[in-house]
Amino acid sequence: MINIHEVIETNKMIEQENLDVRTITLGISLLDCAGPNLSEVNRKIYEKITTTAKNLVSVGNKIQREFGIPIVNKRISVTPIALVGAAACKTTEDFVTIAKTLDQAAKQVGVNFIGGYSALVSKAMTTADQLLIRSIPMALSQTERVCSSINVGSTKTGIDMNAVKLLGEIILETAEQTKQKDSIGCAKLVIFCNAPDDNPFMAGAFHGITEGDAVINVGVSGPGVVKKALENVRGADFETLCETIKKTAFKITRVGQLVAQEASKHLNIPFGIVDLSLAPTPAVGDSVAEILEEIGLEYAGAPGTTAALALLNDQVKKGGVMASSYVGGLSGAFIPVSEDQGMINAVEAGALTLEKLEAMTCVCSVGLDMIAIPGNTKATTISGIIADEMAIGMINQKTTAVRIIPVIGKNVGDRVEFGGLLGYAPVMPVNKFSCDNFINRGGRIPAPIHSFKN
Amino acid sequence: MKRTVITVVGKDSVGIIAKVCTYLANNRINILDISQTIVQGFFNMMMIVDASEAPKDFDEISEELEQIGSEIGVIIKAQHEDIFDKMHRI
Repeated sequence: MINIHEVIETNKMIEQENLDVRTITLGISLLDCAGPNLSEVNRKIYEKITTTAKNLVSVGNKIQREFGIPIVNKRISVTPIALVGAAACKTTEDFVTIAKTLDQAAKQVGVNFIGGYSALVSKAMTTADQLLIRSIPMALSQTERVCSSINVGSTKTGIDMNAVKLLGEIILETAEQTKQKDSIGCAKLVIFCNAPDDNPFMAGAFHGITEGDAVINVGVSGPGVVKKALENVRGADFETLCETIKKTAFKITRVGQLVAQEASKHLNIPFGIVDLSLAPTPAVGDSVAEILEEIGLEYAGAPGTTAALALLNDQVKKGGVMASSYVGGLSGAFIPVSEDQGMINAVEAGALTLEKLEAMTCVCSVGLDMIAIPGNTKATTISGIIADEMAIGMINQKTTAVRIIPVIGKNVGDRVEFGGLLGYAPVMPVNKFSCDNFINRGGRIPAPIHSFKN
Repeated sequence: MKRTVITVVGKDSVGIIAKVCTYLANNRINILDISQTIVQGFFNMMMIVDASEAPKDFDEISEELEQIGSEIGVIIKAQHEDIFDKMHRI
C-alpha cells in the first residue's frame, strides 16, 4: 500500500514544483467532411468537432478534481485543412471560412486552441496547399484560437524550398496583420520538418492522416520537478545526475499515462500517445533553462549547454519510455524563449543567441521556438532561418520546427508581451548578411543519403 | 470503487483527526490505513479510505472535506489512489 512519504512527494510535486498535465488533446479526423460544397464542408466540420469534443472539457475537469492534478489545457487537433478543404476551396477567402468555423467550434466546446490549419508540403505544394498557406495571415488575424502548421520537409523527401520561400513572406505578412497585438499571429504558426502525426502540443498539433477517427493524446510537463530533484544531487557525477533525471521523468510520465487512460475511458475514444516533453511556462520554477543551470551552467547558452541539453533530453526519454505504453509526439525538452523565464534571463544577460539556440535544437525536441526578432527582418532572412532549421531535422532524422515572430515596429532590445502561457520575450538580433540568392533559387533540396553517417 | 487518499496538511492542533474521522464515519467511509508525520514543522496526515458505501459522490465528499479543513485551519485534499500508485509502483 502507498505510504505517507510517497503521497507527500507526489503532492509536493503538484503544489510546489508545478507538476501538471499540460494538455489533453483530442485529435479528430475531418476527412469525412470533405466535399465540393464549401458551406456543406463548414457545416460538417462544425458538427463533427462539436459532437466529438462535446465532453472534452468536462471530462478534463473531472479528472483534475479526482486525482488532484492540474490539467492546464484541453485542446483539439484536426486533419490538415489543406486536405479537407481541397475540393471546396477555390480562393484564400474560402479557406478562411474554414478557419472561422474551427474557431467557432473551439469556442463552442470551450477549448483554448484548435490545431490543424495545416498543409503537408514536404515535397511540393498542391494548388490547395498554396491557397491555404497564402490564407494564413488572414486566417490567424481573423480568428482567436486557430493554430497553423506547415510541414515543409522530411528526411524521406528533402525540403520544399518553394514553400520555405513563401513562408518567409507569409510569416512577415501574418506579423503585419496582427501588429496591434505584437504580431501574435506568428505565435500560432509553426513550420516543421518531419512533423509528427500525433503531437498534442500547440501550436503545431494536427491530426495526421495516419491516425484513426479520433484519438486522445496527452502532453505532460514538469521541468520544475526535474529541477527540484537535481537540487538534491548538486555536485554529484554524471551517472547520478542522469539516474535522477530518468527516475523523475518516469514519475512525471506515469501521471500522463494515467490521465490519458482515464480520459480515453470517459470519452470512449482510443488512447493514442503520451508526449514526454518537458514543457516550460513563464512561471518561475517551471523552466527548462533552470534545469540547465542546475546541471552546472551559469546561464543557458554558456559553453556546455548543448551537451547538457542532449543528456537532459535523452534521460527524459529513457525514463519516460518505460512509464507509458505508447510514446509519441515531440517527446523531449522544449526550449521556447518567451515561455521560459530562464531562457528570457539568458537572452537578456547576453548569454544566449539565435545561433546557440540553433545548435541546441540539434539535440532536443522541436526547434527555434517563440523567438521574437526585429519586425524589419527581410522575408528571405526568415526563410534562411527556416531552411537551416529544416536541414537539421532532415539530416538528423528528427523533428525540427520554427516558430519565429518578427515583431512589427520593434527592434533589438525591445520587449514583447504575448500574455498568458505565451509569456514575453526580448527581441533578439538576427544575422544581417543576405541569403537572397540562396532562397530565390526555387525548387527543392533533395532527400539526404541514408548511409555514410558522419 | 476506487480507493481514495485523504491528506491533511497544516498546523497541528487538538482534534484534527477526530473531526475528519467523525465526518468519514457519518458518511460510511471506511478507513483502511492511517499515518501521520511532521514535515518542516507541519502536521501531515494521510488516510487511505474506501468510500464504496458512501451515500455521496466523490465531488461532494471532496468539497465537504475541503470545507471542514478551512474551518479548522488545515488543507484537506481527497484524491483517487491511482495517481500515487501509478507514480510510485511499477
